[in-house]
Amino acid sequence: MSEAQVGRSPFDPVRDGTFKKELVTLIPHLRAFARTLTGDPTAADDLAQDAMMKAWDARASFQMGTNMKAWTFMILRNQFYSEKRRSWRQIQLDQEAAERTLVAVDDPEAPVALDELRLSLAMLPPEQREALILVGAGGFAYEEAAEICGCAVGTVKSRVSRARRALQAILEAGAYDRDGGAAGDAMYAILADAERLSTLR
Amino acid sequence: MEDHRKGPAALDEARLRQQAIGVKLRQMFDEVVNEPVPDEFLDILRKADKPAGDR
Repeated sequence: MSEAQVGRSPFDPVRDGTFKKELVTLIPHLRAFARTLTGDPTAADDLAQDAMMKAWDARASFQMGTNMKAWTFMILRNQFYSEKRRSWRQIQLDQEAAERTLVAVDDPEAPVALDELRLSLAMLPPEQREALILVGAGGFAYEEAAEICGCAVGTVKSRVSRARRALQAILEAGAYDRDGGAAGDAMYAILADAERLSTLR
Repeated sequence: MEDHRKGPAALDEARLRQQAIGVKLRQMFDEVVNEPVPDEFLDILRKADKPAGDR
């Protein structure tokens, strides 16, 4: 616990060096998490850079030896939501951004599966999406994801489970939106259905 | 989605589909993880090393 002692000088070059080295190894992961939150590569890198700097500035409050990945993900997530990107309007913009990303792909056949997943993911409620990403792709345990999201472990489990069902339902129905317009009633019907199924267990 | 069968075959199929989605999900995430990090990130961090007055 000595690392976290209050009153330790914030300027500790050796500790800073160690911290920085670890922070650098986390940049690719921060970028990936940011990309799933924003859906837009440019906005994602802005967010990841902000989070990286916030982590650097707050380094004195980090307890060395604890999970820096979870700590930085929490910072990034807080940053994302504090920027008020959570509104439905923003989510729609994110979907449009996802569409724009698609246009850049030359081969219309090969990457379809991933694109479908990306678009379907964009349709999930944000709290379900982030829970699924953290646990299903980020390699976090439910407990760590709960800490990152600031909610109970059971809540994360239920969100992940709902997200999985909804994603599967969307993919099976092919309801992800390819035209850039509103996905509309079909999507909401599917989400409602998935939601209902997940409470029936 | 009208047919909510819970038979073993349907459950197996659902499990397989979930696995496939899981694999794709990780693939999507790892795709970004494996991208080269833009120089900007390291530049910003390097500048942060200097005292505030130097920036």
